[in-house]
Amino acid sequence: MLSGILLFNQKGENLIFRAFRPDCRPRLADIFRIQVISNAQVRSPILTLGSTTFSHVKHENIYIVAITKSNANAGIIFEFLYRFVGLGKQYFGKFDEDAVKNNFVLIYELLDEILDFGYPQNTDVDVLKMYITPDNLSSAIRSVSAPSSDTSKITMQATGAQSWRRGDIKYRKNEAFVDVIEDVNLLMSATGTVLRADVTGQIVMRAYLSGTPECKFGLNDQLVVGQVVHGIDGPIGNQDGRKATRAAAGSVTLEDCQFHQCVQLGKFESDRTISFVPPDGEFELMRYRAVENVNLPFKVHAIVREVGTTKVEYSIAVKANYGSKLFATNVVVRIPTPLNTASITERTTQGKAKYEPENNCIVWKIARFVGGSEFVLSAEAHLTSMTNQKAWSRPPLSMTFSLLMFTSSGLLVRYLKVFEKNNYSSVKWVRYMTKAGSYEVRF
Amino acid sequence: MAMNRMRSAFAPPRKGETFELRAGLVSQYAYERKEAIQKTIMAMTLGKDVSALFPDVLKNIATADLDQKKLVYLYLMNYAKSHPDLCILAVNTFVQDAEDPNPLIRALAIRTMGCIRVDKMIDYMEEPLRKTLRDESPYVRKTAAICVAKLFDLNPALCLENGFLETLQEMIGDPNPMVVANSVQALAEIKESAPETNALQINPNTLKKLLMALNECTEWGRVTILSTLAEYKAQDVKEAEHVCERVAPQFQHVNSSVVIAAVKAVFLHMRYLPLETQQSYLKKMAPPLVTLVSSAPEVQYVALRNIDLLLQKQPDILSKEIRVFFCKYNDPPYVKFQKLEIMVRIANDTNLDQLLAELKEYALEVDMDFVRRAVKAIGQVAVKLESASERCVNALLDLINTKVNYVVQEVIVVIKDIFRKYPGYEGIIPTLCKCIDELDEPNARGSLIWIVGEYAEKISNAGDILGGFVDGFAEEFTQTQLQILTAVVKLFLKRPQAAQGLVQKVLNAATAESDNPDIRDRAYIYWRLLSNTSDANAPKNIVLSEKPPITTTIQSLPPALLDRLLGELSTLASVYHKPPEQFVGQGRFGADAVQRAAIEEQMQHAKENPLAAAAAAAAVQGKAPEGQSNMENLLDIDFDGAAPASASEKPSNGLSGLEGLAGTPQRVESPSVGQPTAANNMDDLLGVFGNGSSSTTAPGAPGFGGMSDSDIMNGFASMDLSSSQPPPPQQQLDNASGKKTNEDLLSLF
Repeated sequence: MLSGILLFNQKGENLIFRAFRPDCRPRLADIFRIQVISNAQVRSPILTLGSTTFSHVKHENIYIVAITKSNANAGIIFEFLYRFVGLGKQYFGKFDEDAVKNNFVLIYELLDEILDFGYPQNTDVDVLKMYITPDNLSSAIRSVSAPSSDTSKITMQATGAQSWRRGDIKYRKNEAFVDVIEDVNLLMSATGTVLRADVTGQIVMRAYLSGTPECKFGLNDQLVVGQVVHGIDGPIGNQDGRKATRAAAGSVTLEDCQFHQCVQLGKFESDRTISFVPPDGEFELMRYRAVENVNLPFKVHAIVREVGTTKVEYSIAVKANYGSKLFATNVVVRIPTPLNTASITERTTQGKAKYEPENNCIVWKIARFVGGSEFVLSAEAHLTSMTNQKAWSRPPLSMTFSLLMFTSSGLLVRYLKVFEKNNYSSVKWVRYMTKAGSYEVRF
Repeated sequence: MAMNRMRSAFAPPRKGETFELRAGLVSQYAYERKEAIQKTIMAMTLGKDVSALFPDVLKNIATADLDQKKLVYLYLMNYAKSHPDLCILAVNTFVQDAEDPNPLIRALAIRTMGCIRVDKMIDYMEEPLRKTLRDESPYVRKTAAICVAKLFDLNPALCLENGFLETLQEMIGDPNPMVVANSVQALAEIKESAPETNALQINPNTLKKLLMALNECTEWGRVTILSTLAEYKAQDVKEAEHVCERVAPQFQHVNSSVVIAAVKAVFLHMRYLPLETQQSYLKKMAPPLVTLVSSAPEVQYVALRNIDLLLQKQPDILSKEIRVFFCKYNDPPYVKFQKLEIMVRIANDTNLDQLLAELKEYALEVDMDFVRRAVKAIGQVAVKLESASERCVNALLDLINTKVNYVVQEVIVVIKDIFRKYPGYEGIIPTLCKCIDELDEPNARGSLIWIVGEYAEKISNAGDILGGFVDGFAEEFTQTQLQILTAVVKLFLKRPQAAQGLVQKVLNAATAESDNPDIRDRAYIYWRLLSNTSDANAPKNIVLSEKPPITTTIQSLPPALLDRLLGELSTLASVYHKPPEQFVGQGRFGADAVQRAAIEEQMQHAKENPLAAAAAAAAVQGKAPEGQSNMENLLDIDFDGAAPASASEKPSNGLSGLEGLAGTPQRVESPSVGQPTAANNMDDLLGVFGNGSSSTTAPGAPGFGGMSDSDIMNGFASMDLSSSQPPPPQQQLDNASGKKTNEDLLSLF
């Protein structure tokens, strides 16, 4: 499998070099630097030179490179590299050049733990944090003389069937928070037809539950029709409640879903129940995808005219397509401008618009967008004349926003039951949020 | 403060750095020693040689600080080879640590020992490894399991002697799922490097254990187990069904590599199941595959390449999902290109409208490479779906009107392919001919000329168009020259009076002025064909005979290779669409195999003829080292001075080097191209314009098979070899006699 993991900064300096097999030579760092970092032509994340394969991902300002010498599993490699980045973020807040330089000892330590002879081992951050701690002094187990009962408990857990949960967790108040977060993706053509609209959702749970609770979780997806709603309110204000009632009838079709490793996949396969023993604290319970009946929160109507070679006229109308009780926050519309734009004049009915030359776009920000309302931006871009007139690629207009208590897919949580041998009562909270994934409109 | 100090280590080296470090390493204060170790490791990372500090670092190995221990171990792993003798000093600590009450330390010790590839260390590994394999802590056991693979890599004999393989095999039944996964992983690696050990055997009993562990172990362990399951050959239908049933839930896993591994396992096992069960599994795997497309670009790329393979085997599984493959503006080019290919593959009558609208959109973007591929995709769809052809042609005509140079050129190439499949679009030829001045690429020029030649009778000014090309014949690319030649001959055969002078001129230019053998040969063939007086129809029958329509312009892998690659899903081979041996330098496995084969051969010889065997042995021994030195791979040359631990490794590096240098996948032609090109040459002979990359005759109907047999017979019969005497060989080279033949030709008219 993996022969080594290398980290580089943008200049091509080698920040971390960890070989797992003898065939990973120091020289390979130079080869990667020459062949990939300083070669602008590279268009693939995988490069095989000789018998060596370099697979890299880029994150912030560093390259994370895996070296393999065999017909390795490329799926694992990239998945692992992204997991490594994720670990870095969870450990250091941000995984960039500075973080790597300041924590290189810890990174070596992590690599030693998550890879053995190039095979990925346990990469669960909660488990790793039990025995690889950022703060060197605070942890008792960092000393060799730590009581053996502690360490063997840790190692049991690191390898056990429920490697994600300790057994001895206690809370005075047992609570569970469920966040349904949806990314709605839209691609609309210049003529206003929806080319692609889908929702990728994730259900994030924060479990503060004592003992070893077994949870059962139910959604209104088509396959659990007929379940009774238990005291958890669905998202309000999907326009006129139309969607909500339809959803209450239990007819959201999830195209596909994926679960955290704690979910018993076999059970889901057989009777569609989602049952699991949650890790302590925050984790992503499931991810799903829906493509049918996607409720688009915003309608965008864009008219962009190129007048001669020196001017572009914009008229962008955005209409909120959700109930008037709701409001979206942090609505940002990015309207691309040609590369040779000299200046912009703009007018908006709401919010502020600003030209950002470094990104070649007009950024229109609306802090609060109440349901049902419509706002318009009209603008003119004045262009400098260029000697070689190159066509403007007209990148799509894009939007970001976040909207609480609204799900584009119409999904809602029907119930969350907690079973524990102490039979305590627990409080459950559900929150819904829709965000823009890649919300793009061509013009 | 500490941060600043660390930063400063990244700054340019100061004088006497090694000296400073050494002072720190032997300091009487623990924190100074620790800091010095950290600095040493940092210097090591930067590529500085700090091996001189080996003895001083080693002094710090016996410490109660776990951090420091780990750092010292890291240093040891890197430099042990340069100080094999001093390593013996560390052995004691390792052996002690391997019995530490703390399982983390036991695991750390055994993990590190396996990475110190020094003979002396190996001698002392035996006992700790045996103990840790049976350790009470699963964490230590799972580490020890991998360590067996490390030891096998260093010293297979020792592994076998101590029965470590058997222990590993027993560990497949371990109650802890992670131990199971690592044992399987270690065995799989051992089996791959030394198949004769037959380390990993799956029987109904182990199968059961694997399926049990599958649902409980970590995501990476699942991939290991799933890959093993995929390689396992089910004994009967029932077992295959059972495997599929147990594996299918893994489609829902959040880790994409688990999903691909599960798809692979099910895909390979369901072959034995009844058709309707297969269909239901195919249906089940579609949504997870689609979900992979919304992951990070690199993961997406791997998934897309794999989906491409699956679609070649099962073309219909994703035809409803075409929208997910629409390119996003920000997708990296490698993802976009792959999406295009997949879209074309799943195009059908129902999704056609969406697809075409999307492709037209892409064709208007600015990335030249992408636009060209989009245009090409439109052509591929047209050739694939007859019902689509008209709409595609209209779309292409719209694109010509954009007047963007590279778009127009690509459109012409693509339309040529459409003409080769469907008759009845002659109406658009005038539009095409209008862009003649914009074409500057040989492929596009060649395509237009081919169209003009093919439809010469319908183009009133064909003579003028071709005349222009003939005038500049000498400046054209070879590919275009060949097309000019053929097109002019076609025109002449169709409208003799219009092209008499032209054909004379071009044949002259091609035979007398060109030194390219292809062009000369083809010109001579035509010339003789035309000079043939006995049967006036012969040239027409040969040059203008009906060509079989092409079936597809979409590249597909040959079935045998495809089946092989389906067994390699998710690996690099599936990303490159090439069998592993083409890009993996055959590494130690290959070299071992060569060595083994040589030894076996010698033994065979020895049995038959002892004397010859001795000679052969001498020869082999004499040759081998020489071969190795020639085959050094630049990448594998070891400049850090550390010698490979085992001698048996050296030849492998050499071999792999040669393999590698010769065969970088990006630059290696895919084996699939071989067949089509052969067919194309055939086509060329028949006057069809052949484009190595885009025209693919279906494997079932190779070049010749398409041409009806009777045509060939007629063609040859009417040539009447006896009366039309080809010029003797020496005449061909002789200019004077060349002129004579020309006169012959003239007298014809």
